[in-house]
Amino acid sequence: MLQKIYDWIDDRIDITPIWRDIADHEVPEHVNPAHHFSAFVYCFGGLTFFVVVIQILSGMFLTMYYVPDIENAWKSVYYLQTEVAHAQIVRGMHHWGASVVIVMLLLHTLRVFFQGAYKKPRELNWMVGVLIFFIMLGLGFTGYLLPWDNKAYFATQVGLEIAEQVPFIGEQLKTLLAGDANIVGAQTLTRFFAIHVFFLPGALFALLAVHFILIRRQGISGPL
Amino acid sequence: MSEKKQQVSRRQFLNYTLTGVGGFMAAGMLAPMLRMAVDPVLQESGHGDLTNVSLAVEDITTDPQRIDWKVKQVDGWYESEVNRSAWVFKDENDEIQAFSPICKHLGCVVSWEGSDEYPDQFYCPCHDGRYYKDGTNVPGTPPLQPLDVYEQEVRDGMLFLGDAVPREGA
Repeated sequence: MLQKIYDWIDDRIDITPIWRDIADHEVPEHVNPAHHFSAFVYCFGGLTFFVVVIQILSGMFLTMYYVPDIENAWKSVYYLQTEVAHAQIVRGMHHWGASVVIVMLLLHTLRVFFQGAYKKPRELNWMVGVLIFFIMLGLGFTGYLLPWDNKAYFATQVGLEIAEQVPFIGEQLKTLLAGDANIVGAQTLTRFFAIHVFFLPGALFALLAVHFILIRRQGISGPL
Repeated sequence: MSEKKQQVSRRQFLNYTLTGVGGFMAAGMLAPMLRMAVDPVLQESGHGDLTNVSLAVEDITTDPQRIDWKVKQVDGWYESEVNRSAWVFKDENDEIQAFSPICKHLGCVVSWEGSDEYPDQFYCPCHDGRYYKDGTNVPGTPPLQPLDVYEQEVRDGMLFLGDAVPREGA
């Protein structure tokens, strides 16, 4: 049945070359842990992406209950934590996954660094990777505020004061992030929510696409 | 026809026109979005009114005392009453001093003689930041600036405080 559906579609729009091009390629022996166990270090990039997918999915479902409003944000998180079936698990995935992403990202970066895989011709992909790292830090920073509890509030307070230390544009930068020159409040929460849920993921998708396309074009770096 | 007249071909002309119109349309879409995003930065930050903090001038001692009061705060569409605090005392010249308790290092709350080890100083528990009684930061501790000073006024023997502002030449 499935085969028939596939054939029917393939007959008309010829999708086989599309997915073949994406999925059907050989993994070189030196990056295959089945051949050399030490090749597991090559998994960290893929693991980072795997956790990112979990973050996106769990985050999508969290927004079914969450409201970015200072009166209700904490209550909505409390409600989904205590009243909604399995929501505690989903928020747990998002909460712990946020840390796991950073850990995997660092391991991936260390592997690339110590193998010298960033060297010519792959410098550009290293730069894209660094940008992805910053995006991830931004996602962590903005997401931290959203539960709107004491820890979130004061962590953001401190983070904004750090932004304020930037020479010359510090104060404007802080206001741009917080939505108000002096208050960490209603406008900060909506801003951080927008940045966390739309702006940074949008930038992340674009950069991930570039990251993966570059890997495909350049191939994985050779054995040490 | 001369060479000059053919410098811009029909194709080029249409390309430029389309690019121009496209650019204009893109700018027309993006400009209001960007202006919306940066609006808080361009807002005139209005100075708040002074508030009666319910402290009679005659009750102000030479020993800093912490006072708390409430001010009305407008945060976009959200209006609320928020707590403010200050350390108030009379200095050796008999002038009233009102310091913000917000540490200039990373924004924790300092208290007068908050540590037994440092009497006669403001102390921040977060990173051991310290300030002398006149509010200047103790060199070698994390804060790099003196404590902010509240705008103040005395009306009918009562202390009125406004916004906490960084000191000149801090």
